Amino acid sequence: MRFNAGRVTSLGWMGAVFLFLYLPIAALVILSFNASPMVTSWGGWSLRWYEALANDVEIISGFALSLKIAFFTACASVVLGTLAALALTRFKRFPGRTLFAGMVNSPLVMPEVIIGLSLLLMLVSVQRALGFPERGMVTIWLGHTLLGMAYATVVVQSRLQEMSRSLEEAAQDLGCRPWQVFFLVTLPLISQAIASAWLLTFTLSLDDVVLSAFLSGPGSTTMPITIFSRARLGLSPSVNTVATLTVLVVGIGVVIASLLIARSERRRAQEMAAAYKAGGN
Amino acid sequence: MRQLLSSLHDRVTGPWGRKVVIGVPLVFLLVFFLLPFLVVMKISVSEMESVVFKDLLVWSDGVLQLRIKLANYLFIGEDELYLSAYLSSLKFAAVTTVLCLIIAYPFAYFMARSPADKRPALLMLVMLPFWTSFLLRVYAWKMLLADNGVFNNLALMAGLVDEPVKMMNTPFSLVLGMVYTYLPFMILPLYANLVKMDLRLLEAALDLGATPWQAFWRITVPLSKSGIIAGALLVFIPCVGEFVIPELLGGPQTLMIGRVLWDEFFSNNDWPMAASVAVVMVLLIIVPIALFNKYQAENSAGARA
Repeated sequence: MRFNAGRVTSLGWMGAVFLFLYLPIAALVILSFNASPMVTSWGGWSLRWYEALANDVEIISGFALSLKIAFFTACASVVLGTLAALALTRFKRFPGRTLFAGMVNSPLVMPEVIIGLSLLLMLVSVQRALGFPERGMVTIWLGHTLLGMAYATVVVQSRLQEMSRSLEEAAQDLGCRPWQVFFLVTLPLISQAIASAWLLTFTLSLDDVVLSAFLSGPGSTTMPITIFSRARLGLSPSVNTVATLTVLVVGIGVVIASLLIARSERRRAQEMAAAYKAGGN
Repeated sequence: MRQLLSSLHDRVTGPWGRKVVIGVPLVFLLVFFLLPFLVVMKISVSEMESVVFKDLLVWSDGVLQLRIKLANYLFIGEDELYLSAYLSSLKFAAVTTVLCLIIAYPFAYFMARSPADKRPALLMLVMLPFWTSFLLRVYAWKMLLADNGVFNNLALMAGLVDEPVKMMNTPFSLVLGMVYTYLPFMILPLYANLVKMDLRLLEAALDLGATPWQAFWRITVPLSKSGIIAGALLVFIPCVGEFVIPELLGGPQTLMIGRVLWDEFFSNNDWPMAASVAVVMVLLIIVPIALFNKYQAENSAGARA
């Protein structure tokens, strides 16, 4: 009897939390198909807001800019994050290690208004002295990369820590140079972590409001900035359609990613089995 | 000869690779993370002359003067607005952290004790909202909680209430939005901690006559201390300086320091004042940030051992 009560509590609690997490997303999706011009009063199903979105120049051009920034952010964050993760896991002692670790980790929790303001004030000072950089795509990209790098480091670092170093050592014993060990052994082993870090930093950048608002200049309005200014004024049906499309893309992405992961794991299991068999003979 | 060359090669590439691996991210962080803070500190004590900051060091008549303007800091200390904004930011962040812990702890506990084959799917479900836009999810609450929002419409239709209940633009909607946004940041470290726990310790406690409740409070909770601390810091620190959630859900009454900073910068164009507000905010959260960095360092050291 007590066992059952425990099970009911456990399922009930988890169900309630998931409901809490997913209810707003479900409401966004359903109301994006609302025919009524009032966002929250139901007027039947319709695709009118999607038609409006197709003609919404502000959102579309903002989206193109956001995609560009997100792509370059993800690439830069992954490179810097992988280097930082290697530095932190492979070199236990070097001058400034504590400062280094602190600077890598702090952006994870540091309020974005502080990061945005300080980066902007520095860039403005540099611009006054040297005449560049102009506020715009490049400065937004710098800010997003700073944040993305912190997340990429955490993801890659945890993979580097849990992985066994025996393969790297074997490669080294067989005469590989350090850079060969990295590109031929380490990199393939952490490729999955790098891929998820890339996707994570891409989404972070695509979604960011605060850093973008500080670092953008005239003519570089990203999609989140547009959405934020509309949401500030009140409810706007265009926001719901954007949300639904986001959920759709993320959903498809997750399904594809889990299929790919399952397939590569199956293949690895097969290869391992084959290798053991060959070793046994 | 070949050996000599190869060892020479080693001597060059080994440390060279090390220099790149450490140096590139280090220089990036020094230039784009640390240096900006120093600039903010400088600007917070600078005098503005129309749109240009005056130099701190001035050479005139053979005297090197260091001109530091502390008026902004004095103003922050005296003015009611800033003090109450700082205090209420700390208060809202603390309330959010406690609520997240109360909701997330049982959740992470049940998740860690669920069948091992179901855990990856549950973990995925917790992370998934994180992948959809944070901004859009906060906006969704505005839609649900507004006076003419989904909840009020449903309640009116069902006859539960006669007139809309005021939920938006209150401390309630603000805290709800922050708990909603930061809950996964509390769940994940707690889960990571609880799933690694050695269950034999609980068995031992039960064998020795502890009730399940006693075993929970005296074994499980103390053992999960580091997860609790990590989750609390991951929620508390960003909440103190949160801007988007109070702006969209908090209404004009709920005062938070992130919004004050934003307004100083974007509405009043008072950059030195915004910089001073930022410096004081950093001072408020510097201890939690140091704790967080210590935890991260210990965590990675523990994983290595």
